[in-house]
Amino acid sequence: MIGRFAHDLGVPDRCNQCQPTPCCSPRDAHSMLVRMISIASSAMLVASCHEGVLDPHGPVGKAERVILYDSTVIMLAVVIPVIVLTLVFAWWFRAKNKRAQYRPDWEYSGRIEMIVWSIPALVILFLGGIAWTGSHDLDPSQELKDSAAPLDIEVISLDWRWLFIYPNEGIASLNRLVVPSGVPLRFRLTSTTVMNSFFLPQLGSQIYTMPGMISRLNLKADQTGTFQGLSAQFSGDGFSDMRFDLVSVRADEFKEWVTSTKIHGGLLDATTFTDLAKPAKAENPQTYAEVTEGLFDSISSSHTAANPLPQGN
Amino acid sequence: MLGRLSWAAIPFDVPVVMIAAGSVGFVIVCVLALVTVKGWWPYLWREWITSVDHKRIGVMYIILALLMLVRGFSDALLMRSQLALAAGHAQGYLPPEHYDQIFSAHGTIMIFFVAMPFIVGLMNFVLPLQLGVRDVAFPVLNSVSFWLTAAGVLLVNMSLVIGEFARTGWLAYPPLSEVAYSPGVGVDYYLWSLQISGLGTLLSGINLTTTILKLRAPGMGYSRMPIFCWTALASNLLIVASFPILTATFAMLLLDRYCDFHFFTNEFGGNPMMYINLIWSWGHPEVYILILPAFGVFSEVVATFSGKPLFGRRSMVVATMAICVLSFMVWLHHFFTMGAGADVNGFFGIMTMIIAVPTGVKIFNWLFTLYGGRIRFTVPVYWAIGFMVTFVIGGMTGVLMAIPPADFVLHNSLFLIAHFHNVAIGGVVFGVMAGISYWFPKAFGFTLNERLGKAVFWCWFIGFYLAFMPLYALGLMGATRRMQHYSDTHWQPFMLVALAGAVLILLGIVLTGVQLAVSIRQRERHRDMTGDPWNGRTLEWSTPSPPPPWNFSLLPQVRRPDAFWGMKQQPNPAQQRTSHRTYETIHIPRNNAAGFYLACFAVLLGFSLIWRIWWGAGLGILGAIAVGLVQAWRTDGEIAMSAEQVMAFDRLHGAKEPAA
Amino acid sequence: MSATEQALVNSDTVPLSLRGPAATRVVAGYGFWLFLLSDIVIFAALFAAYAVLSGETAWGPTGVALFDKKHVLIETACLLTSSVTCGFGSLAVQSADRSSTYFWMAITFILGASFLSLEVTEFRHMLAIGARPSRSAFLSAFFTLVGTHGLHVSIGLAWLVVMLLQVATLGFQPMVSRRFFCFGLFWHALDIVWIGVFTIVYLGAH
Repeated sequence: MIGRFAHDLGVPDRCNQCQPTPCCSPRDAHSMLVRMISIASSAMLVASCHEGVLDPHGPVGKAERVILYDSTVIMLAVVIPVIVLTLVFAWWFRAKNKRAQYRPDWEYSGRIEMIVWSIPALVILFLGGIAWTGSHDLDPSQELKDSAAPLDIEVISLDWRWLFIYPNEGIASLNRLVVPSGVPLRFRLTSTTVMNSFFLPQLGSQIYTMPGMISRLNLKADQTGTFQGLSAQFSGDGFSDMRFDLVSVRADEFKEWVTSTKIHGGLLDATTFTDLAKPAKAENPQTYAEVTEGLFDSISSSHTAANPLPQGN
Repeated sequence: MLGRLSWAAIPFDVPVVMIAAGSVGFVIVCVLALVTVKGWWPYLWREWITSVDHKRIGVMYIILALLMLVRGFSDALLMRSQLALAAGHAQGYLPPEHYDQIFSAHGTIMIFFVAMPFIVGLMNFVLPLQLGVRDVAFPVLNSVSFWLTAAGVLLVNMSLVIGEFARTGWLAYPPLSEVAYSPGVGVDYYLWSLQISGLGTLLSGINLTTTILKLRAPGMGYSRMPIFCWTALASNLLIVASFPILTATFAMLLLDRYCDFHFFTNEFGGNPMMYINLIWSWGHPEVYILILPAFGVFSEVVATFSGKPLFGRRSMVVATMAICVLSFMVWLHHFFTMGAGADVNGFFGIMTMIIAVPTGVKIFNWLFTLYGGRIRFTVPVYWAIGFMVTFVIGGMTGVLMAIPPADFVLHNSLFLIAHFHNVAIGGVVFGVMAGISYWFPKAFGFTLNERLGKAVFWCWFIGFYLAFMPLYALGLMGATRRMQHYSDTHWQPFMLVALAGAVLILLGIVLTGVQLAVSIRQRERHRDMTGDPWNGRTLEWSTPSPPPPWNFSLLPQVRRPDAFWGMKQQPNPAQQRTSHRTYETIHIPRNNAAGFYLACFAVLLGFSLIWRIWWGAGLGILGAIAVGLVQAWRTDGEIAMSAEQVMAFDRLHGAKEPAA
Repeated sequence: MSATEQALVNSDTVPLSLRGPAATRVVAGYGFWLFLLSDIVIFAALFAAYAVLSGETAWGPTGVALFDKKHVLIETACLLTSSVTCGFGSLAVQSADRSSTYFWMAITFILGASFLSLEVTEFRHMLAIGARPSRSAFLSAFFTLVGTHGLHVSIGLAWLVVMLLQVATLGFQPMVSRRFFCFGLFWHALDIVWIGVFTIVYLGAH
């Protein structure tokens, strides 16, 4: 395959004056390339459609997918003709083609200028509108318009695990987020140490977790199922293992899980939290039956105080 | 006595590092031995190391960049092979402690020590020639800039063997980069090497801006200035305006790390978000610093090889300066996911899109330059066409991520990685390769081997698509960046294809070396006898190849854009240039070792600060001051070439006889 | 360029941008201006950091508690006056008047050194009472912003000494005059930055 593209017609390189150099058959290269790219991209698109961002299971992710598709299609309407024209012009106006009209002094056309500025401007105008409305409609801190009452969850990113506190239920869970399906989830997030990013590709938007600050996120899982979660902001040696599962269950199953946790879970207070906050990788999920009230608030605001947090390496 | 430095700093227990360091060390020793045995030191010292000639300095920048390309690309191969292996339960062969250093070094080296030197090197070589003048505004400062960059290179590479590199990613976000979470010397190596080379870059920016604005041939008003000079102007203005932000931000992080300050710490009121805002206020203009001169190269190449003037010259200039200004208004798009709110995110999303408009205009202008041309498919044109096709895809994915809700699911994913490599390789690398093959004959007096050049192109072009298209897909599948391993085994085929692409690019890099060797061997066959191998349009092609140290014996009188083309259209162009004009004495700046010595002291200072060897740091500062004082009292900075000598040179080269 | 060419390009009818390469004096001054602008960007970043962090006192000392406005007023008077004397010194340089140059530049040096010593006194007092940069983000930002300005003043004073030595040993050759011009720009720019500092930091303390 390389040989086919890289062959040259053996032109002597003595280009003291402008020796037209025959190209290595760009038309063949062009069609082969187009074929290659189409096959490859279709394969990739098909593959990526079945997981991740293009396979959302929540309203936020679905709205974002619509934006992705629509914007890409709009831009391809400009990008594909540009690529085609580039190759066509390059091929047609090659030096050896005597049929092409050589216009050595043609360097300006008011009409073309106007089109050339207008096309990008119009596309951008349209996409800019999408950007503005999309930013507002899908602002992570905006609560979802839903009839069901939201479930509050407090998220603390540790090195290198995720702690989920259910303030109203008084329980907590490590590395495993169990939620009822069809219920809007209202997250408040912070970090104990360094920045991370709370991300569930199949539910939608991610949001950074930052020490000393509270970020907000609103998501929903439409159906039951298990969805992968990760950190999308590099946070150190254990970063690759900083994964968790969001397990979306029926409402009654969720109640069962809460009750069972309250019976079997451990204790999460300041002391156990300090232990938990020590750096560790890839811990198995754990649950906590009792959580000190206001633990999240004290963690998220403790950096302005004179006493620093437990330092990890 | 030696601060924190001890034998424990050398990773004797890590075979990969020891073998790499050993091999590089061996090669360096061989090269030094060869140079010594052949007696080349006086030549090297006189003609290159202490040269203040912009042409020599430009070439040295590019050689430095090529060497660092090998280093940065080795890091890339390590990353690709690790990810090809580490699927499911497999952990690969690079534990996180090393992998984190590798990706941090890869990004740092590619941006600061490959892309920047390539671009600055091209601008250095070309600008005075295109502007029709003898050198840049401050030739000694130019040498200082180069050697400070080299000092940064040395420090970064020392971190491979002595100590460690940063494990924070190439921008070293706090709190991760603070002492609490990065207690070793890695981040210090990162910060000091970039502060030193950053100073060099800033001085270059000042130098080249002054050159473009104050040193042009008579008659060369702004509207007659070549388009590459315009893009270089925009790029250097951005350097002057943005690099100080980097300096200040790194200084603040250094104060946090060394003196227990609290700019970005978690406690006592520090604000890590502020770092991110500051660093990207530099970071976004930085990418335009890199791409604008590449755009300039393509403008020159497309026009020259189409045999037509650039289409829409004026709107190209307007678009360039618009991009220059707008590049300061988009920085937040690098962290839409930090929770700034809908209004702020929306504003920056729209501003980012607005900057896509002048970029789109440029693509169309190149397109219509091709239209109606008589296109010669030389190697630079391959790169240009490859760029036009590839860059629009990268631009498209960039505009896509400029929509905040789209970014919410793509931020920091492999989709992002694919996007910026798309524009960095498709734009900057392709532009640099085009520029090198275009201006090589001017620099060295012979053209590069065309066939190998095309092979290099195809390796990069196909290699790029193989390496990065799978990453777009992986990003959509939920893969994030900086992973050392991953659990979804069906991502592995994509990683394998990406590795294949990387290997193909490696072949391209190897072939570049082969091309150089072959071209040197074939140089008599491909001598550029006229100085104008491509039927060029701008003034650099009116000089012999290579040009004399003073570039132009008589400064050209410029009457129109594409000045040299205009001269060639006149009857008896050679006579036109020189008739009715008298030769005068030309003053050429003398060689100066100040830059080299300053860099030596900078390395001493940087290394000492990193390892807390305070007396070494003091020595470094004193040495730098001493060099400055010696330079301040230097009164014999120039050599005078008499009018007769200049005239004799001109006659020799005007006669179109092969050089003796 | 030949004499006729020179005459042509220097004629007033030819726009500045078409006159060919500018003279060394113009080029040096222009380049130094650009350097000053880049320096001001550094200060801009430090001002921005100060603005963000000025309220982050971590229950430690605040600006209102620490700053002595009278002290700052005297510092300001020293620095601004030194700009005036520097101006007189620049005039002396232009007329190649050695003794006036020494006189006015010496006064400039004394005033600059007074500014510095007053600032050092202020810093030492703050350190003594525990208002260290490591105490809070506000103090980190304060010491860095004001300290960077002080560092520039120190470098300026050292530069002034070197320049006076250059006059003594080399006389008023073009190279020396150019460097004095650049020094003047530097010294006046520090004044401008100081006005920003005392307005935003000292007068704006809360």
